[in-house]
Amino acid sequence: MNAHSPPRALHAALTLWLAATAQCANRDVQERLYAPADASRDAALFAVSIHQPRWLEAISTGHTDALGRVVEVRCETCHSTQQFALPTSATTLGGPHAGMRFEHGSNQCASCHDPARFDRLRMATGESIPMTDAMRLCAQCHGPQARDYEHGAHGGMSGHWDLRRGGRTRNHCVDCHDSHAPRFPQFSPAPPPRDLPTHPHPRGSHG
Amino acid sequence: MADAKDSTSATDTTVKRRVALKVLATTLGAGAFAKAIAPIQQFTASTNAQEWLQKHYRELSSRELREVLARLEAETKQKYGREVTIEDVRPQAGVQFAYALNLSVCIGCRRCVEACHQENNHDRASHNSYIRVLEMEQGSMDMERGRADYDHPVRDEGKFYLPVQCQQCENPPCTKVCPVEATWKEPDGIVVVDYNWCIGCRYCEAACPYHARRFNWRKPEVPAHEINPKQSYLSNRIRPQGVVEKCTFCLHKTRKGELPACLEACPTGARVFGNVLDPNSSIRWVLENKRVYVLKEELGTRPRFFYFFDK
Repeated sequence: MNAHSPPRALHAALTLWLAATAQCANRDVQERLYAPADASRDAALFAVSIHQPRWLEAISTGHTDALGRVVEVRCETCHSTQQFALPTSATTLGGPHAGMRFEHGSNQCASCHDPARFDRLRMATGESIPMTDAMRLCAQCHGPQARDYEHGAHGGMSGHWDLRRGGRTRNHCVDCHDSHAPRFPQFSPAPPPRDLPTHPHPRGSHG
Repeated sequence: MADAKDSTSATDTTVKRRVALKVLATTLGAGAFAKAIAPIQQFTASTNAQEWLQKHYRELSSRELREVLARLEAETKQKYGREVTIEDVRPQAGVQFAYALNLSVCIGCRRCVEACHQENNHDRASHNSYIRVLEMEQGSMDMERGRADYDHPVRDEGKFYLPVQCQQCENPPCTKVCPVEATWKEPDGIVVVDYNWCIGCRYCEAACPYHARRFNWRKPEVPAHEINPKQSYLSNRIRPQGVVEKCTFCLHKTRKGELPACLEACPTGARVFGNVLDPNSSIRWVLENKRVYVLKEELGTRPRFFYFFDK
């Protein structure tokens, strides 16, 4: 151990000296090249907005226009002028809703949709809410997810972690989950890495 | 007489052979020397005196640093045909970064890997990235038994997915082994590399228990239109050949208050990033309310990258 002491002491001294000189250099650099965050901006924070998917208020007709854009029709186009009987299951639906897959527990249509106005949702309390407030409805059953979401620990986002310097956009529940079949689907991942060395564990050697 | 004549002719032959051997040896020697110094000739052709004389990043004055950044921008334009800006983005006062990842929701789609590849101007041919997603057997916690080469629809039954990148350790083994102090820990917790000071010995790559460092075996090739022009000296500028590189928590973004590229790309929201000194931050909430753990805790590296499960 003693043999190691002098180089270690030398190393420590060198490190200290380097750190000291580096700090001097850094302070100089910091002042001139980069303005540190201004504390006075703390009061004015940028907003966190929740993305509003278009399909909360409109549905695809399955057609595309001359420019290749999907033709959508707003819910109230049909639901404000016509009365529809409450369907017994999603699979019996026709028209723009034909071919719907329903895999969301034992829920019925009216568990979420307002039977009086199908373009609105109905909370467990009986309160009728617009489609755009869907997250409140989801939160009734999915408490842990709603709690995590509220604290920024569930759901994708983009923008700034520091709201003093810019806003943030967060995903809506239905950006990722199909409300009629909310389980995240299986899909092909991006290609595997090409720079891997020969793997130490041949396929099938564990598990 | 006959003997003497014979011996004379023998001497002649010997001398001739000696001359021939000398000529041969000289030719071979000259050839070998030319071959040996060829890399140096190439090197000097593409390297100017300023690069040779450049000081360590932490010893550069602001004027010298400005010159270095301008030179690197010009070099990128010349070598890669793209106008880029290379900044020196400094740590912010009162900010300590930490990252957390929810393994219950990660599906192993490798979108973070792709985002890192593009954001950080990685070599296209090797498809390099600072993130490696390991497919793990449920119940196993040994990352050494995870597989990074899975290629089937995800998430697979009975598996969970463990994305591994630089853990930005509080006690980083990688910085200690560097013989030239080309890698160090910044005040906001990010471990960085001065790519112009690195000698490419790869000790740090060997020292990292998380396989988080990468070596540029070749000159990175990125098509001009795919280059991310928002670059910084310590992070995503295009690295030279023969140096080690690593995840920097996208410091060119995060030190300006933005979220890292891997988090923005995550379709499941498995990633949580922020300033641990801010009591109202998401990362603080996760650390205080979830049962977080770190990889290879027994090594005493004290990572700033935390993992957790929902249940």
